[in-house]
Amino acid sequence: MARRNTGGKHAAGLVDDVGAHVAGRTPPSAFLEVRDLRIHFPTDDGLVRSVDGLSFRLERGKTLGIVGESGSGKSVTSLGILGLHNRRNATVSGEIWLDGQELVHASPGDVRALRGRKMAMIFQDPLSAMHPFYTVGHQIVEAYRVHNDVSKRVARKHAIDMLGRVGIPKPDKRVDDYPHQFSGGMRQRAMIAMALSCDPELLIADEPTTALDVTVQAQILDLIRDLQQEFNSAVIMITHDLGVVAELSDDILVMYAGRCAEYASVDDAFHRPLHPYTWGLLGSMPRLDRERSERLMPIKGTPPSLINVPSGCAFHPRCAYGELNGGRSETERPELVEVEPGHKAACHLSLQQRREIWESEIRPKL
Amino acid sequence: MNISKATAGETTVSAAARADARPIREGEPLLQVDNLGKHFPVTAGLLRRQVAAVKAVDGVSFSVHKGETLGVVGESGCGKSTTGRMIMRLLDPSFGRIVFEGRDITKMSQGRLRPLRRDLQMIFQDPYSSLNPRKTVGAIVGAPFRLQNIKTEQGVKKAVQDLLELVGLNPEHYNRYPHEFSGGQRQRIGIARTLALRPKLIVADEPVSALDVSVQAQVVNLMEDLQDELDLTYVVIAHDLSVVRHIADRVAVMYLGKIVELADRSDLYERPMHPYTNALLSAVPIPDPKDRGARTRIRLQGDVPSPLDPPPACRFHTRCWKAQEICKQVEPPLIELSPGHQAACHFPENTTVSATDEVSRAAVAPGAAPAPGEPPSGPAGTPPPGV
Amino acid sequence: MGLLLIISAVTYAIFFLVPRAAGVSSDDIAGRFAGKQPDAVTLAAIKDRFGFDDPVPVQYGKFIKGIVVGDTYDTGTDKIDCPAPCMGYSFRTNQSVTEQIVDRAPITFMIALGAAVLWVIAGVSIGVLSALRRGTIIDRAAMAVALAGVSLPVFFTGLLSLAFVVHKWQLLPSVNYSDIGDNPFNLILPWICLAFLYAALYARLTRAGMLETMNEDFIRTARAKGLPERTVVFKHGLRATLTPIMTVFGLDVGLLLGGAIITEKTFSIPGLGQLALDGVYQSDLPVVLGATLTAALFIVLANLVVDILYGVVDPRVRHS
Ligand SMILES: Nc1ncnc2c1ncn2[C@@H]1O[C@H](COP(=O)(O)OP(=O)(O)OP(=O)(O)O)[C@@H](O)[C@H]1O
Ligand SMILES: Nc1ncnc2c1ncn2[C@@H]1O[C@H](COP(=O)(O)OP(=O)(O)OP(=O)(O)O)[C@@H](O)[C@H]1O
Ligand code: SF4
Ligand code: SF4
Ligand SMILES: [Mg+2]
Ligand SMILES: [Mg+2]
Repeated sequence: MARRNTGGKHAAGLVDDVGAHVAGRTPPSAFLEVRDLRIHFPTDDGLVRSVDGLSFRLERGKTLGIVGESGSGKSVTSLGILGLHNRRNATVSGEIWLDGQELVHASPGDVRALRGRKMAMIFQDPLSAMHPFYTVGHQIVEAYRVHNDVSKRVARKHAIDMLGRVGIPKPDKRVDDYPHQFSGGMRQRAMIAMALSCDPELLIADEPTTALDVTVQAQILDLIRDLQQEFNSAVIMITHDLGVVAELSDDILVMYAGRCAEYASVDDAFHRPLHPYTWGLLGSMPRLDRERSERLMPIKGTPPSLINVPSGCAFHPRCAYGELNGGRSETERPELVEVEPGHKAACHLSLQQRREIWESEIRPKL
Repeated sequence: MNISKATAGETTVSAAARADARPIREGEPLLQVDNLGKHFPVTAGLLRRQVAAVKAVDGVSFSVHKGETLGVVGESGCGKSTTGRMIMRLLDPSFGRIVFEGRDITKMSQGRLRPLRRDLQMIFQDPYSSLNPRKTVGAIVGAPFRLQNIKTEQGVKKAVQDLLELVGLNPEHYNRYPHEFSGGQRQRIGIARTLALRPKLIVADEPVSALDVSVQAQVVNLMEDLQDELDLTYVVIAHDLSVVRHIADRVAVMYLGKIVELADRSDLYERPMHPYTNALLSAVPIPDPKDRGARTRIRLQGDVPSPLDPPPACRFHTRCWKAQEICKQVEPPLIELSPGHQAACHFPENTTVSATDEVSRAAVAPGAAPAPGEPPSGPAGTPPPGV
Repeated sequence: MGLLLIISAVTYAIFFLVPRAAGVSSDDIAGRFAGKQPDAVTLAAIKDRFGFDDPVPVQYGKFIKGIVVGDTYDTGTDKIDCPAPCMGYSFRTNQSVTEQIVDRAPITFMIALGAAVLWVIAGVSIGVLSALRRGTIIDRAAMAVALAGVSLPVFFTGLLSLAFVVHKWQLLPSVNYSDIGDNPFNLILPWICLAFLYAALYARLTRAGMLETMNEDFIRTARAKGLPERTVVFKHGLRATLTPIMTVFGLDVGLLLGGAIITEKTFSIPGLGQLALDGVYQSDLPVVLGATLTAALFIVLANLVVDILYGVVDPRVRHS
């Protein structure tokens, strides 16, 4: 099975042209475009390459799901987009274009002015993400008033409106409650109200439901979906739950060791995935919707250290197909290649090899 | 629906084969729990007077047969862990009875329990905090031997290394410390320790929820392999319904300290009867974009009520879309509505009988149950697709 | 209720222990009342009058009674009325202990409160600055000074500053601290010396707290909202940092209000601390008791105030 060139030429012609623009910093047409983003943390143990060359685009009204195991760099990416890394302990390079404006090289003041207004974020644990000493209302008012020159009274009315919008009963009463007086689901709703108070065009949700029960998770996901339709905002949904992605996203970005392993529409990602890591994720997953009598197919080993990222393809120590192409996986880093329109993957195997493996070895066992 | 036609037959065969390997549930159960409950007192004031009670578990009954896996699911705070800890006798039950291998262990003193501890073991959620960071893997896994004065020192080392191998760790890891291992490996160490004394029953409280998907699958497979190899019996507590579907033979669904439904795995997932089970299943996002929009969604309103003051009669009535007057007045008993399928509801789904029939025999509310064939009011809970 | 219990336990312990520890017998004490060469009869009369040979619990009962309802002493010639709270009379000077305490409390208050204001302002701002400029020269210098501050006791800095600031360079006028008059600013030197020690402590506390707080999720949220860094630090960060520090502050001030012993001694300020110290040297049980009781009272009060304030500041405490 050493037919390594079968799809190679085809693929080479389609190497993402993103890299070519980096030097020139041409504004893209897409609403959000991340180009070759790198976020590294120098530490005593060595350089942590949390994000190491990530590129993607996102349009208004669309949802991008970012999945990957713990430590793959999902949160670091999202904080990077919001410009929340402390430049004293993180080095950020690459480009982030939001609606024609570049953020990595912009002044901190300019980025701050966009935060909360044009781009907003929802965090995983709403209890620790809200200040324990200020009322929920106060925190929403604060978010609204930084970017809108309105009186406290008007802002408070807006806060009550927002709380009502996200489905908090009796918002005019609850507005004066403190976060600890809310249940987990209500806190996340309040957090969403706060994030949406300035009508942001980009909403990043970092594991917004991981801390919640399924029934509450379903409510929150519905809410995010409805609000997105209402506001026509772009949403980045970060999660490790493939189910959440399948329900909510248009496109999906599979991250591994700080890089994009596969980028595809959800349909392609679940029905025609072209990266062994994506296969591994699908194979590891127990299913609710069908009886799965076969054993699960876990990925062997554990996610790599981001200080000593494996050479070549970072996934090769865990990949069952790494040997198929004569050791190339161990030495040469596979580029993210657009193999089909809108479907990119970073793997040395030929397209045909991958299609065969998927059809014959993986899909039947899911 | 993703299983291609060609392999569908194969799948059924292996499913059947696996079912064959499972025990037929007859004879005396390994573990029998009757009306078990735990009320945590809430005290106040200087005199620590009891002012209320958290009804964490409020009368649950089930049995587990040798070699099978019982899954316990439910939302946070419904009493899953408390139930598990009572079975292990880490908590003293407030009422009820626990019978293990025919012996009533409910009130057994810790001294008399000690020999039984060999047979009853627990796997915890957090693989790190349950391992002493200052002890080597060898010491951790070998501790149960020493506690029970089982073997000589050399014998212990050999036995521990065998165990490490059994759970897929390198026997040379004997002298390493827990922090040198990843989450999945730590959970394996925890499992090795649990297996040291060849227990008969293992209660696993969220054994995989702290792990990444790929690692979670490794541990799930390990637990299944060990079960086949060592003829283990599991009670697996989890909030992840997909994991439970995969690993359990029978599943108990808990809500606010009560079991609301208890059935064989496929029965429960394909024909859930209790509205809460329906809601729970329909809330889980399905990793298949084709199902988007195709599924019936049942969205519960609000949050789970406080176990300090649970709603009367059917505890689910405050959130149930099918609730009627009777639900607020008469508690539906957990009864068998079809063979092996118990549910506690006056108006269950996917069946024509209901708890009300039983109750109405006692002439409470004639006609409250929907007539056979007539769909119950409210959004009908069809079984989730993909079966 | 619980607080009263604690105070009573403390006073009882002193009542029981001090005479024994000081190795004085009731004869010695009585002797001090009787004059130069007392005869046995006078001694016995005195002992009887004050109840020195009563069992300890009885003496204690009398003491408490004095505090609550007052007492009347029969000196043989006339009756001395000691209104509540009566803590008896000094064995040495025959002055009412209550009066002595009331007399000396103001100067101790002035020392404690003045220093407290100084050290909170200095300590917290240095701590915050250090935390925000973590790892820089400013941070390191501040922390080095702070380390020196916590390791230098007041009697050292006090004597040093007296020697140089007052006597050698004559930057400040020499003050007779036993009579500072109407101008509390005469206390400037004791304030600075006492505050230096505490400011160092508070700078370290604040820095550690601030570093921890600035890593909290809610700080990240505040930044994500687009708040200016100023607001993030001073509104969100500082508030959460200062709450635990407030507890320490309350207790520290409470402790000092009962007597800033070393400071008072170093500068020869006649405050509550000196009173207590003298009482101990002279085995003057009523004075020791009175001073201790006062100190305990302040600590307990400070505790109470801190608890109440905590509820005001932290809504989580208020609602539980
Ligand atoms: N400030 C930092 N200094 C050093 N390393 C960091 C820092 N922040 C993040 N990292 C490292 O970067 C890697 C990626 O972290 P990140 O939080 O993005 O993971 P994630 O994909 O969000 O994982 P999870 O699913 O657990 O949230 C981790 O290995 C983490 O330890
Ligand atoms: N020691 C205790 N004292 C008082 N209440 C308790 C105690 N332990 C548990 N509870 C309460 O009992 C209820 C059931 O708790 P339990 O831990 O069994 O829930 P669970 O189903 O395991 O939830 P989770 O999924 O969050 O682990 C909860 O409301 C909990 O707050
Ligand atoms: S490049 Fe090689 S190691 Fe990497 S995913 Fe492809 S086959 Fe596996
Ligand atoms: S008994 Fe009534 S309230 Fe309870 S679950 Fe059934 S229908 Fe709903
Ligand atoms: Mg994360
Ligand atoms: Mg639990």
